[in-house]
Amino acid sequence: MADTSSGSAGDRPEQDRPDAPGSGREELSPVTGQADPEAPHDEADVESKYSVEKQLDFTQKSYSQNQLVLRRFFRHKGAMIGLVTLLGVTILAYSSIGTAAFPGWWDKSYRSSAMVVDGGRPTLSLFPPTWGEYPFGQETTGKDYFALTMRGTQQSLLVAFSVGIGSTIIGVTVGALAGFYRGRVEAVLMRATDLFIVIPLLVLAATMSKGLGGGIWGISFVLSILVWTGLARLVRGEVLSLREREFVTAAEAIGTPSSRIIFKHILPNTIGTIIVSATLTIAVAILLETALSFLGFGIQPPDSSLGQLISTYQTAFQTRPWLFWWPGIMILAIALSVNFIGDGLRDAFDPRQSRSED
Amino acid sequence: MATAMSESSGREERSGGTDDTAVLSFEEVDVRFKTEFGSVHAVKGVSLDVKPGEVVAVVGESGSGKSVTSMTAMRLLPGNARIEGHVTVTGTSVGEIAERKMRKMRGNNIAMIFQEPMTALNPVLTIGSQLTESMELHGIAVGKDADKRAVELLEMVGIPEPERRVKQYPHELSGGQRQRVVIAIAISCDPKVIIADEPTTALDVTVQADILDLLRSLKDKLDTGILLITHNMGVVADMADRVAVMFKGELVEQGTAQSVLTDPQHDYTKMLLGSVPRLGSGRGQMGISVREELDESADLAIDLKNLVIEYQRLGKSPFRAVDDVTFNVRQGEIVGLVGESGSGKSTIGRCALGLIPAASGEFRLLGEDLLSLKKAELKALRKRIGVIFQDPAASLNPRMPIGECIAEPLVVHKVGDKASQTNKVYELLDAVQLPREVYNRYPHEVSGGQRQRISVARALTLDPELLVADEPTSALDVSVQARVLKIFSELQAEYKFACLFVSHDLSVIDLLAHKVVVLQDGKVVEHGSRTEVLGDPQKEYTKRLIAAAPVPDPREQRKRREERHELLRSLGDDITELKIDADQFHRAHAMSTDNDRA
Repeated sequence: MADTSSGSAGDRPEQDRPDAPGSGREELSPVTGQADPEAPHDEADVESKYSVEKQLDFTQKSYSQNQLVLRRFFRHKGAMIGLVTLLGVTILAYSSIGTAAFPGWWDKSYRSSAMVVDGGRPTLSLFPPTWGEYPFGQETTGKDYFALTMRGTQQSLLVAFSVGIGSTIIGVTVGALAGFYRGRVEAVLMRATDLFIVIPLLVLAATMSKGLGGGIWGISFVLSILVWTGLARLVRGEVLSLREREFVTAAEAIGTPSSRIIFKHILPNTIGTIIVSATLTIAVAILLETALSFLGFGIQPPDSSLGQLISTYQTAFQTRPWLFWWPGIMILAIALSVNFIGDGLRDAFDPRQSRSED
Repeated sequence: MATAMSESSGREERSGGTDDTAVLSFEEVDVRFKTEFGSVHAVKGVSLDVKPGEVVAVVGESGSGKSVTSMTAMRLLPGNARIEGHVTVTGTSVGEIAERKMRKMRGNNIAMIFQEPMTALNPVLTIGSQLTESMELHGIAVGKDADKRAVELLEMVGIPEPERRVKQYPHELSGGQRQRVVIAIAISCDPKVIIADEPTTALDVTVQADILDLLRSLKDKLDTGILLITHNMGVVADMADRVAVMFKGELVEQGTAQSVLTDPQHDYTKMLLGSVPRLGSGRGQMGISVREELDESADLAIDLKNLVIEYQRLGKSPFRAVDDVTFNVRQGEIVGLVGESGSGKSTIGRCALGLIPAASGEFRLLGEDLLSLKKAELKALRKRIGVIFQDPAASLNPRMPIGECIAEPLVVHKVGDKASQTNKVYELLDAVQLPREVYNRYPHEVSGGQRQRISVARALTLDPELLVADEPTSALDVSVQARVLKIFSELQAEYKFACLFVSHDLSVIDLLAHKVVVLQDGKVVEHGSRTEVLGDPQKEYTKRLIAAAPVPDPREQRKRREERHELLRSLGDDITELKIDADQFHRAHAMSTDNDRA
């Protein structure tokens, strides 16, 4: 029993702790007759001693539900690896070539062409670790491929997160309204959702983004208004079950207005579903943007995105495979790490609680 | 007394022939669970024996480890449990055998009766196929034989028209019948010992009495050992030969039912028995006192006339949950609304809160006509009504700190500023005897009784003139219930609110209410003052209800049981019992297993 002797107080449940000596109740076992009958005995204490209610200990740290979730999340290995990878990729993408607002530490621009050196081969090597002139190589016109890839990553991340946020707002609003008000509101909103689901996603996204000029915000907008359907259905389901819960009835019984019930009582309880779904939407959005750009309906040159890079150099795969690998690896890294984070969040919000008490 | 003598001597004869060794024994059983926050020591060295034909009751409140102890015998604990010590079932140590062998033991040697028959039965399988499943698995009977035996088993446990019932699904049966099916499944393989985990907790009191009669005749006739897990002292007094009291994983007292229940030695047992309200003892138990003097000319807080509440059903005529109900509640008065499930008592409570509309009749609430109120008027009226729900875990928003939960009515009705609201919450926390520090804590951090006290505080935030309490203590442990009831009665004396107290527990009503209304199937059966209705019931249904409520004293309970049987006979009902001849049952079982081997 290493844990009982050396474990810190915070890790041990109440009943395992010995009574404080000299408190008059230091019986080692609740079986009667084991303690000295002459010892001072506190009769009034019996009720609190044998109470099944928790002894409230205000010296210990209080965990709110959100803190418990965070605690579980930070103990999830996969999610931590994902989080570190995603942060690494983001910092690398933004710090290297910078943005319009601030310059980066990498001297080459993704717009300017140059002489092709050594057939455009990457100069990055692991043994010995050297960075070189063109770490990711050069493309046909001699542009630095590292800068291009970083620019593509920036754009993809931007699209992904704006789609994540945008579609979540639409999905939550539609789902919450449909679930709470039921009746005609629900019928209209959910049939509209069905309508969005049956339209082939890529076709509509392609035509719409073409119409909007193919800019990055155009694509984000188009994807946002197309991918919210899944979340809307999930949130509606959650709200449907939550509105039958007793605490909502209790709120109704004291005269709480509907808007307060939705925002204060119901939505905070669906935050788990919302966050998990938003994360997974981000992964989907990255892949969708890639697919759109690959098909030529996404971000247009001279600007760059990861899908567009792959699309442009797909014919070069045989001769200069690095033009295909680098953006591919970035896509994989981002999508995988976001998925891992989503997994971690889901486990944190919904731990398979094992029976620990009867 | 004579019948009891012959009964016990008869059992000695039977068991004397076989052997008196325990069919189930626990030896220094110790269970720990590994959890996120370190290990939880759930059971600390428990030793216990169950002999054939004996009922051993394990009693304790939540967290006592009574269910965990029993689960070690079935070896059905989750993977994070570490078990030490020995559990022996019919001579085999279950800790050491292989899983395949353990599966053979389950059902055959040791069976289980669960708390909630609706969830213990699979809703998509017929009663018949669930009954034959274990017999076919254990090779007791196969095919047509099994079907025939399933019908016999249903007949034994007293289900009418068994041929029709085997083809039905669990939802087509009533709660009591479902529990009989679970019992039939448990005895289908003729086990030596049955674990009954809170077998009657989910049932109404009259059904509970029948199921207990059935279990009693089961152990008498089949000589099965029963390990009865319960928190209800009345059930213990009614059933148990021996009692083991558990507290926080430790066995604190063990002995015969008579000695433990009437002469408890351990402080915990004394406290536990002291906090069980007894039907018929009336006022003054556990230091709970209710203001008796009532102002008979006070205004009416609730005035119901011919109230009808209907639930709309798709494609069917509406279901009438409340039918022509008339009663009233005066200011400062506690009226107990009693009835079994489906009697419409909670529906009336919800209608009083304006949560469901009435179909017809008149409902005057605090002088206003509830049925013709506009939305804004209803909100103003709700300010004057408080509410306490049954399950404190469900009725508090898990994502709101406790302080905010209690202050919610003040915020909604825009009463006072932030500082005065906080002060009011502190005042209420003092009133329900909770430390002020819980203000910033969350509901999951406190336990059930403390949570219910928070609900009480929230209900009283706006100094209501009327309080609707829907089964406020039925989800709580007895010692916790005693404390909540005490606080409740003190607050009632102080604030003098009128109260509609909905409950199925007659002893709690006896303790608190001034008037009692008994409901059955949406209709008022009997109403009047507490002493009239509970002391001298006039209607048959009320008599049945009162007769079925068990009291925590074996001798008195036996007397009550016999009186109840007398009452049932005089009303032309049968006494529930296992309808079989024991020898025939054992022989049939032995024969079928022999056939199987041959």
